[in-house]
Amino acid sequence: MLRVRNLRTGYGSLEVIKGVSFHVAPGEVVALIGANGAGKTSLLSAVVGLLPPWDGQVVIGGRDATGAPPWESIASGVVLVPEGRRIFADMTVMENLQVGGYRNPDRDRLIDEMFDRFPRLRERRGQTAGTLSGGEQQMLAIARGLIARPRLLLLDEPSLGLAPLLVKEVFEVVRGLRDLGVTICMVEQNAVAALEIADRGYVLETGEIILEGVSEDLLRNPEVMRAYLGKGYREVWE
Amino acid sequence: MSQIVQFFFSGLTLGSIYAVVALGFNLIYSTTGILNFAQGEFLMLGGMTAVTLARFTPIPVAVVGAVVIVTLCGGVLEILFFRRLRRPTVLQMIIITIGLSIVIREVALHVWDEKVRSLSYFTGNECSSVRVLGAGISPQVFWVLGTVALVVLLLHLFLHRSLVGRAMRACASNPEAAMLAGINTGRMRTLAFMLSAGIGALGGCVISPITMTQYDSGAGLAIKGFAAAMLGGLGRPMPGVLGGLLVGLAEAFSVYFGMPAAYKDATAFGILVAVLFVRPQGLFSSGELQAGAQER
Repeated sequence: MLRVRNLRTGYGSLEVIKGVSFHVAPGEVVALIGANGAGKTSLLSAVVGLLPPWDGQVVIGGRDATGAPPWESIASGVVLVPEGRRIFADMTVMENLQVGGYRNPDRDRLIDEMFDRFPRLRERRGQTAGTLSGGEQQMLAIARGLIARPRLLLLDEPSLGLAPLLVKEVFEVVRGLRDLGVTICMVEQNAVAALEIADRGYVLETGEIILEGVSEDLLRNPEVMRAYLGKGYREVWE
Repeated sequence: MSQIVQFFFSGLTLGSIYAVVALGFNLIYSTTGILNFAQGEFLMLGGMTAVTLARFTPIPVAVVGAVVIVTLCGGVLEILFFRRLRRPTVLQMIIITIGLSIVIREVALHVWDEKVRSLSYFTGNECSSVRVLGAGISPQVFWVLGTVALVVLLLHLFLHRSLVGRAMRACASNPEAAMLAGINTGRMRTLAFMLSAGIGALGGCVISPITMTQYDSGAGLAIKGFAAAMLGGLGRPMPGVLGGLLVGLAEAFSVYFGMPAAYKDATAFGILVAVLFVRPQGLFSSGELQAGAQER
């Protein structure tokens, strides 16, 4: 589905991703975890073309998509739900969803489907998106992404800045998508929660992948826990 | 009383033209982050082209022709001067528009000449007038007001009811998220330039019988339209229209209240300076200055 080979990129002369290779197979849920500043968001940005790659290769569904403009990524079946949600704050919920389906002629039916999945959005369809709560905005961002009918959904920090109860809800949604067979690659600081959903994981540190493996192994790996989750992870998650 | 009505209509007429310029400014600014200082030139080009076409065709055809030609010009300019820039800064793009405005003006000077021209009145002539509350109002004034009102209405419907219009607003709201939704922001930019150029050209045509058109009449309009856009809050098309009307009325009534007519341009600049100092986010905006597209 997605294969990234030896990708290098950065901002200006600052190299943020230093030769990263990873892949996501169809039907799989993959977690990219790592501390703040490890380059997780930049990695996803480079995959969809928001950040031009310096070197390396991005192959989506067997086709070379290295350096393709961001609006093409959706045509090849990849949708990124960006960090910080990036909803269209001054447009209504309905309009946000319609724009999400800009390239999908079937959008009206899918919007109905999203309203069934997220009833709160149906209630608030005419409301300006900026007035939604953080959790609702995250649901809207995910729904907006799903309307494009992605074969691969990239989720960037879906739990960022949400209250613990909402974090749970967001992970519930991701779990639901996984059970429907959507291929997902998610970036999370919240490593334990992400690995509990994911089949496999990659641990990123300062722009390089330093560990990879099946989720259970990574969860049990003391090295992961000690070095990349920070000291406080037990207090937060238990 | 009749005098007040007279000034009111003259202010409204000028104001609606400033509103057209402000609309153009806002459309381009909100979708691309560019302040297009060549906006006034679109009005000039519209007026000049229509005057030339009107020699061979009836006026309605000339106006439509001018709007089509200038719309295409707007698209071509965007493709030639902005499309192929790799990650330009906003400042670079603004400076390009200033250069473009100078080039367009010079080209217009060579194509036409420095003579003042005007389209003939759409209905009646310069002497005919309609009585409104004792004041004599030229029928062309109603053409201007009606046309601008129609343009504003249609543009509003386009931005809020059509998918492409919504996509355009999405670009203004969050360019990166818009790209991720599959919107080709480059094409949206071309479309924004074409729309602004077309709307400007139409404004230039309807006002031409009243204010005349000359190769350099765009520059003054651009600054007043900019004042109007700032007054309404940069990047917000509909409040910008209101800003335009206010600037026009302020200009007209400053003369009514005894300011020498020669200084009436100072009113618009005064408003511009005052807004920049006191309320840079515009009169009708509650939040901070809306940053349009921030190029990365």
